[in-house]
Amino acid sequence: MSGALPVLDRPLTRNVRADRSPTDMAAYEANGGYRGLRAALAMSAADCLQVLKDSNLRGRGGAGFPTGMKWSFVPMGDACSPGHKYLICNADEMEPGTFKDRLLMECDPHQLVEGMICAAYTLQADVAYIFIRAEYHKATRLLQEAIDACKAKGYLGDNILGSGYNLEMHVHSSAGRYICGEETALISSLEGKRANPRAKPPFPQVSGLWGRPTIVNNVETLCNVHHIIERGADWFQSLGLTADAGTKLYGVSGRVKNPGCWELPMGTPVREIIEEYAGGMEEGYQLRGFLPGGGSTDFLTVEHLDLAMDYDTIGKAGSRMGTGTMIILDDKTCPVGFVKNLTEFFAQESCGFCTPCRDGLPWSAQVLDDIEHGRGLPEDMDTLQRQVAFIGAIGNTHCALAPGAMEPIQSALKYFREDFERHIDGGSCPYCDGGNS
Amino acid sequence: MPVIRIDGVEYEVEAGGNLLEATLGLGLDLPYFCWHPAMGSIGACRQCAVVQYLDEESEQAGRGRIVMGCMTPVTDGAIFSLGGDRAQQFREAIVESLMLNHPHDCPVCAEGGECHLQDMTVMVGHRDRHYRGRKNTHRNQYLGPLIHHEMNRCITCYRCTRYYRDYAGGTDLAALASRDHIYFGRHQEGVLQSEFAGNLVEVCPTGVFTDRILVHDYTRKWDLQSAPSVCTGCAVGCNTLPGERYGRLKRVHNRYNVEVNGYFLCDRGRFGAGFVNSDKRLEYPGLRREDGRYDALDHHRALQQLQAACNQGNLAGIGSPRTSVEANFLLRTLVGPDNFSPGFADSEQPLVNLALQLQQDSPAVTPDLRSIESADAVLVLGEDVTNTAPRIALALRQSVRNRAYAMAADLGLETWQDAAIRNLAQDERSPLYITAPGDTPLDDVAAGTDRLAPQDIACLGQAVAASIAGDSNEAGQDRAAEIAAALAGAQRPLVVSGTGCASGEVMQAAAAVANALCTAGRQAMLCLAVPEANSLGQALLCGADAPDFSALQQRAEAGEVDTLLVLENDLYRRGDGDRIDRLLAAFKRVIVLDGLDNATTSSADLVLPAASFAESEGTLVSLEGRAQRHFPVFPPPAERRPAWVWLLACLKELEREEAGSLHHFDDITRACAAAIPGLSGIPAAAPDHHFRNAGVKIPRQTHRYSGRTAMRADVSVHEPKQPQDEESALAFTMEGLNRAQPGSLLPYVWSPGWNSNQSLHKFQGEVGGPLKGGTAGVRLLQPGSGPVVSGSTGPEPFRAEDGQWQLVPRQKIFGSEELSALSPGIDELVTPAFVELGSADAESLGVADGDGLELGDGLARLELRINDCIPAGCAGFAAGHAGAENLQPLARVTLRRAEGWQRREPQIIGSDGGGGND
Amino acid sequence: MTDLIPVLSDEELREINAEIAHVPVPAAVAIDALKIVQAHRGWVSDESLQAIARHLEMSAEELEGVATFYNLIFRRPVGENVILLCNSISCWIKGCDKLQAKISAQLGIALGETTPDNRYTLLPVTCLGACDKAPVMMVGEELHENISEQGLGDVFGEDGG
Ligand SMILES: Cc1cc2nc3c(=O)[nH]c(=O)nc-3n(C[C@H](O)[C@H](O)[C@H](O)COP(=O)(O)O)c2cc1C
Ligand code: SF4
Ligand code: FES
Repeated sequence: MSGALPVLDRPLTRNVRADRSPTDMAAYEANGGYRGLRAALAMSAADCLQVLKDSNLRGRGGAGFPTGMKWSFVPMGDACSPGHKYLICNADEMEPGTFKDRLLMECDPHQLVEGMICAAYTLQADVAYIFIRAEYHKATRLLQEAIDACKAKGYLGDNILGSGYNLEMHVHSSAGRYICGEETALISSLEGKRANPRAKPPFPQVSGLWGRPTIVNNVETLCNVHHIIERGADWFQSLGLTADAGTKLYGVSGRVKNPGCWELPMGTPVREIIEEYAGGMEEGYQLRGFLPGGGSTDFLTVEHLDLAMDYDTIGKAGSRMGTGTMIILDDKTCPVGFVKNLTEFFAQESCGFCTPCRDGLPWSAQVLDDIEHGRGLPEDMDTLQRQVAFIGAIGNTHCALAPGAMEPIQSALKYFREDFERHIDGGSCPYCDGGNS
Repeated sequence: MPVIRIDGVEYEVEAGGNLLEATLGLGLDLPYFCWHPAMGSIGACRQCAVVQYLDEESEQAGRGRIVMGCMTPVTDGAIFSLGGDRAQQFREAIVESLMLNHPHDCPVCAEGGECHLQDMTVMVGHRDRHYRGRKNTHRNQYLGPLIHHEMNRCITCYRCTRYYRDYAGGTDLAALASRDHIYFGRHQEGVLQSEFAGNLVEVCPTGVFTDRILVHDYTRKWDLQSAPSVCTGCAVGCNTLPGERYGRLKRVHNRYNVEVNGYFLCDRGRFGAGFVNSDKRLEYPGLRREDGRYDALDHHRALQQLQAACNQGNLAGIGSPRTSVEANFLLRTLVGPDNFSPGFADSEQPLVNLALQLQQDSPAVTPDLRSIESADAVLVLGEDVTNTAPRIALALRQSVRNRAYAMAADLGLETWQDAAIRNLAQDERSPLYITAPGDTPLDDVAAGTDRLAPQDIACLGQAVAASIAGDSNEAGQDRAAEIAAALAGAQRPLVVSGTGCASGEVMQAAAAVANALCTAGRQAMLCLAVPEANSLGQALLCGADAPDFSALQQRAEAGEVDTLLVLENDLYRRGDGDRIDRLLAAFKRVIVLDGLDNATTSSADLVLPAASFAESEGTLVSLEGRAQRHFPVFPPPAERRPAWVWLLACLKELEREEAGSLHHFDDITRACAAAIPGLSGIPAAAPDHHFRNAGVKIPRQTHRYSGRTAMRADVSVHEPKQPQDEESALAFTMEGLNRAQPGSLLPYVWSPGWNSNQSLHKFQGEVGGPLKGGTAGVRLLQPGSGPVVSGSTGPEPFRAEDGQWQLVPRQKIFGSEELSALSPGIDELVTPAFVELGSADAESLGVADGDGLELGDGLARLELRINDCIPAGCAGFAAGHAGAENLQPLARVTLRRAEGWQRREPQIIGSDGGGGND
Repeated sequence: MTDLIPVLSDEELREINAEIAHVPVPAAVAIDALKIVQAHRGWVSDESLQAIARHLEMSAEELEGVATFYNLIFRRPVGENVILLCNSISCWIKGCDKLQAKISAQLGIALGETTPDNRYTLLPVTCLGACDKAPVMMVGEELHENISEQGLGDVFGEDGG
């Protein structure tokens, strides 16, 4: 972490060291660890839920859905037929340009485990899974160690700290597939199946893993839970600069001087993140645009630099805050090549279930490839535009992958249309050398 | 009923459905692929898109959102647009996307002309191609002799695996790979294992899975002549649509009957009619000469011979449970009831009669297949329905899902939410208990399986009945109590049994369970399988006291009869060879009417070639007591005639009084109904030949039927007059009206814009409901109020005997039935006859898998298969297979290693070339 | 047939059974089992797949459907070290294409290929979640960050391995 940060309340990264070495149980507890768990166990599950609702914590997995509200759909007590209830941590983090959950898990695995125990207690779930992407070997190992340490300490297992509450926790390492990040596909995958997303309704809250009530939350979301329970909703609200509460892990990658990831108050302005924390553009590069929160968000441009990075503000500007990890498009990188790279990713990662995504994305990628390599025709612009309308709306496809995939294309057509036209008119990529094509 | 608005028009629709179903039911066209009326919705293809508006205001403003019709419940006041630009453009874009990788091979594709993708492409108006990329290509797999695989045509609708795995319980076909590389195939090439694989041909909306037999002898749908028919493969009575061209039966498609087969057939039914084209078919009458060879006759001379023989002799007749009520009735009339044997094997006759009697007496309902699907707890006693009455097994597979539907209802999920319900219920199933003398293909969905000797099956059944009746349980009958609790706790319990394991005690036990349930106030169902397409009709016609073979033989030996007429029945399949030799030898003259050359025709003095089911009309009574009519698909060649035609002509030649009023086929049906109380309902099975549909006949040929003149151009350029059908409301022409007729007279499905079988919904009142013209067939059985058996101590349990094994029949879908086994494709799948033993029993004999065993003293020499599901002391044998004819079910035989036995080489499966998947 | 299928090793079975212990049906550990066998053998052969399927009481087709769905289940042999080179957006901006060309030249293999000495297989991978250190790649379980063309030598040795 950069040492130049002002002194802020940074609950999520307070145990993150400069060398990114992991915090073990002793160090974690020494810094107040598992106090939140004790606080939670001293409260009723209903009270915990109320605190969460009051805190206005919104899901950090990309959609920003209010966590407390999501949890309130889970049947509790007698309303829940006998059987398991599940909490799943979504640690699949495969969205291009996103690298925040890795940091949290590799540097402070106990924080996630504590957050999950508190979340599971709130939901009265008895089994918890961490669904982690295959390539995160180190995090997988550290989390397993943290779970084992918790079991030894009585933080996990039967009758946690004498409260009568039982919870088992498992780490499940995936086998590599972006769609597993979609919560219902994740559930399919956890059942050992092909990771096809599921129709909603029924929502996982009532019928998820093995048909039982299930909550899926992002790593960062869950890392907040015990802090909120311990320190209260007001404290959490007070952390944010705008209506959206708490802190947020923001990241910047691309041609900036100091790419990285920082915990900042929710609503920190884009410019501040890029210019102060990421150190501004590399020498000789100008900013042309940026994807605010991962590869499936719409481009914003220079005119949006002064916006606050929060769900509502970025949403109103025509994009999505997504994961809060920005990808910078500079002036020497070809926007067509940029969206082609993303579209090829999404086409490849389509699960193949529904037509617009399975067949439409490869076609879009093909058209972008043609344009990028100078084989584009003027009517290809219409084709892309049609594809945006065809694939790009939620509801047109079975899940949100494909609409997300169209966001970069749709906004690139809006902001960088002349770049496409220059490719088509000139019969080659004007960025050819610098454009990495 | 909810009222919805579509493009400004209000419609009242059935509650609980989805918009796609409702739309189709209203007669509006909405394209779709992945949805299937029997399989529900998953929302994969996105073809059925419509625009939904929140309210009128948003409708005015055109601010709606795209939703999938198949995934959208119809709720009161919902507002949709099907015809709006946005919905139409979206649907066109879907087809364009599906066509990116679809080859342009319609002219050579077996699906062409009945391709749902073609229909939908035209329907959405997609014409111009914008995509310039390359198409994906896949390698195809060899999937066995019945089904052809052409993966390049796949549009990834997932219907095949949903049908094959989810609906039919197959495991060896799956979606492989992902993205736009998805491949539907097997792990390695090889024969598809499901007994219901053939439905893939109709389920696949393009030409990926096609009928391999048809592909090799191809005709387009529009050039097929077809007629409503009934499957003769077993006693279920599935409705079929056979298609013909050039005098050859080309294929069999499903004919929808909401109460019977619904949308699906089994592979015996679909592929088992190929015997109609067999080289063994008899074309001319034959008169045996001194030297044992036959002289061909024309039908006039043959009739003279028949008449002369009948005049000279005292007649006896053997009828057939595999042919029509009418033909049997005429033969019975000709020879007199006392001299007419129904044609069952001696051991089988009491079993079939018992099956009929139990159903007539039991207060339990005899269920149709749709009712079987609705059962929420099932006990199968002794019957391997997958192999004896296959379509019932497919229905039972649906019945175990009722638990899932109940769970779904608790969550407010509609039954068409297919994927959601499967995810919700996972492996939860309604209870299905199977007891059989071995394993059965339904075991995978059973809550419990008991592999017992038939005697013990009967004991278990009686114990279940006793337990339901509340009689004290004997120790060690925990299983009976468990089953009893499951059945008694159900709303619609079902007991299934039948003649399959050759034990009347087992069927009696099944009836006892059903009766006990009725007594306990449950709406119980009792389904008893019988072997052949008209077994039950034959039992109804002949009554319980009809003479069997032994009785006829005695009469012949006593000189009371001397001339035997055998109707469509290969007697050598119904008793050991010596026994049948003796029976036939007792008669002076043997006259055989049959379709194919077989051991019985070979010992006849006069042979008359009989038309097959596909060339003849007839009424068959299915195992549920449903009388159904089949109609000729094509006229037989000149000298081959339906058996009823031969017999009626003979009666007329003999100037028999009974024949005086018989002019048409319908007259025979009516005469039979008048004479036999149990069959009084049969005329109602279908309208008679006077029926006209809006004044005209119903065409067997489509209005696009082509090349009729060319078919005979090598003989004469003059097109002969089309054959006239004097016997039914159907015509051998293209002229007439195939719409809005009674359900029993539907020769093919087609509707403007809907060339594929998906056009069926145009003939249904509502999607998945009965045909607009009513459900084909008429039920002859009513629940009885018969004796309520309770607390029977039951039969003696089975006791193994040293050195003696009890033979238990092992039925096979391919091989146990006579005619289907002769059909191309299926003949490759019939295994040589076998005997099965548990490994301990095999060990005691010192034999291993693949060795030969001699059964009895030269009764049979069969290959041994080790199967630990066979109860100790029993030996399973391949029922109905060549080489096993001499084996009597439930007989005790000695077993020993067969001397000089040649072990079979491992079989190598054929291949189209190319292998593996992409 | 039965005896042709190689039995899974005791070690593999032990690990698979440990997974089975906490799921409702054995088939639920399909992915874990494939990964376990792959960890021991480098890839999943037809024979391994059949053996796993039998152990999990599922059909080979069903398991094949799972195996071929996931990017990191290898149904063809790979080298001793699998190089996963990130080709997603941030690494692309930072020149992963050129890096790949360089690796290919150095090792003499294209994407998807294995060196003749069987030491390396080069595969593309989607965003490795280390975009601030782009370009990155993973060799075995080790992540290499901020790789420069020069830095490749440190990984593979100057002679390319
Ligand atoms: C294609 C796709 C990929 C996704 N990938 C992830 C992911 O890697 N991590 C994640 O937390 N959420 C991901 N999501 C969002 C999840 O579906 C889900 O909304 C999220 O895990 C909920 O957590 P939250 O409420 O804590 O944000 C993805 C969504 C889609 C449509
Ligand atoms: S949009 Fe459709 S094909 Fe794409 S990932 Fe989602 S479900 Fe699969
Ligand atoms: S039929 Fe509705 S999505 Fe396929």
